[in-house]
Amino acid sequence: MSYPKQYRYTKEHEWAELLSESRIRVGITDHAQSSLGDIVFLELPKVGRELKSHETFGVVESIKAVSDLYAPVSGKVVEIHSDLVSDPGRINSQPHTEWMLVVEASDAKAQFDGLMDAEAYQEYIRSL
Amino acid sequence: MLKRTALYEEHLKLKGRMVPFGGWELPVQYSGVMAEHQAVRTACGIFDVSHMGEIVLEGPGALAFLSKVTINDPASLALWQAQYSAFCNESGGIIDDLVVYRTGEQRFFLVVNASNTDKDFDHLSRVHREWSGEQVNLTNRSSEFSQIALQGPRASEVLAKVCELPLGNIQNYWCAEGMVAGARTLVARTGYTGEDGFEIYLSNEDAPKVWGALLEAGAPFGILPCGLGARDTLRLEMKYALYGHELDDSTGPLETGLGWITKLKKPADFVGRSAIEAMKAHGPSRALVGLRSEGRGIARQGAEVYDSDRTTRIGTVTSGTQSPTLKQSIAIALIQKTHETTGTKVWVKVREDFLEYTVSPTPFISKSRRNV
Repeated sequence: MSYPKQYRYTKEHEWAELLSESRIRVGITDHAQSSLGDIVFLELPKVGRELKSHETFGVVESIKAVSDLYAPVSGKVVEIHSDLVSDPGRINSQPHTEWMLVVEASDAKAQFDGLMDAEAYQEYIRSL
Repeated sequence: MLKRTALYEEHLKLKGRMVPFGGWELPVQYSGVMAEHQAVRTACGIFDVSHMGEIVLEGPGALAFLSKVTINDPASLALWQAQYSAFCNESGGIIDDLVVYRTGEQRFFLVVNASNTDKDFDHLSRVHREWSGEQVNLTNRSSEFSQIALQGPRASEVLAKVCELPLGNIQNYWCAEGMVAGARTLVARTGYTGEDGFEIYLSNEDAPKVWGALLEAGAPFGILPCGLGARDTLRLEMKYALYGHELDDSTGPLETGLGWITKLKKPADFVGRSAIEAMKAHGPSRALVGLRSEGRGIARQGAEVYDSDRTTRIGTVTSGTQSPTLKQSIAIALIQKTHETTGTKVWVKVREDFLEYTVSPTPFISKSRRNV
């Protein structure tokens, strides 16, 4: 699966998509879903929660493993993908479109630019 | 350094995801736990379980020695019959659980857990040093054998295509020697999935050839190679104990649902007997129960179990997963016996939250859902 060039990535295997100057959409990468295997549970924060980057914002579980989700950027949760919570297996088939939440921050663009681009991320997972 | 089974190269070819397990490098999954689990419940799955240990007891004293070291009664075994059993220590704790196959009047083939093989063999050797009965030879032959498990409602049809043994004559928990795909094997109708199926013991040399032949024979039936992930969800749906989870050196058979293999009426004295009898006299205070939840979230090994007031700790989860068949969270827990009744509501702490579980009848899945 290819890693969208317009996204940015973290070492914790989240992706970030810049929706506007102040909004970022977050999900987990193909690498993350593939290491987890069949995902059966997803826990997301409440809308309104203030997140700091690297802070855990939720939990994803497959049949065999539990993994924390880490905020790629700091900001306020303004939207969560609640449909996904009831059918988290969709993450396995479409990891780069099945987003988890949208974060709002005045410096979203600057934070986004500070993350790894697709090429750097792919190099990073090859080194693991 | 992790050990590799004779089928290691086959796993790589099949794109198995290799992980460390009990000192071995084994596939946790190939196509995915759900698909593999489903294949075993509805058609057929094939597992490499060559990591399991094999110990052979042979000689005129073999039966008496086995009676001394296991809690079940091997004297009841006919030739080619199999028996689930356990080794206990003097305090009545479980050293390991095992399957005993009687492969001769004076010969028994014991299959033990991979990570316990050395501990088991040391224990047996210690008992053997003080053994004053008839002569018995004890050999750890784990490195010589591979084991392939073929499990599922179509397993016997698959095996019949590459095997001349009359499989219809091999009943559940019996075995026979015979050729499979040109290799000498011991074919046992045993398994760890709750489905009909076979465990095939053979030489390391022959393992890749037989593995390949079974995969080919199973293709029209939808056979899938299955990893440790599916092996775990399949056994959990049946509430089969796994050493290191439900069983350990400090937990006894009467607390872990193994009363049915604890033969206190057998004449032979056996290691652990007095401790187990004492526990029986007092009545065990803990019980291993099945838990089921309607909610989301998965309680796993180590999660704390609480009474309905959510403050009184009553036990610990020993294994948990989401059941691929039921699509519900299921768990096994060792809890106070006072709470073992079906229908009892308990709370399990998962991270910061309490999840409500109900003590449930086990196996978690009924026979009709297992096709047996």
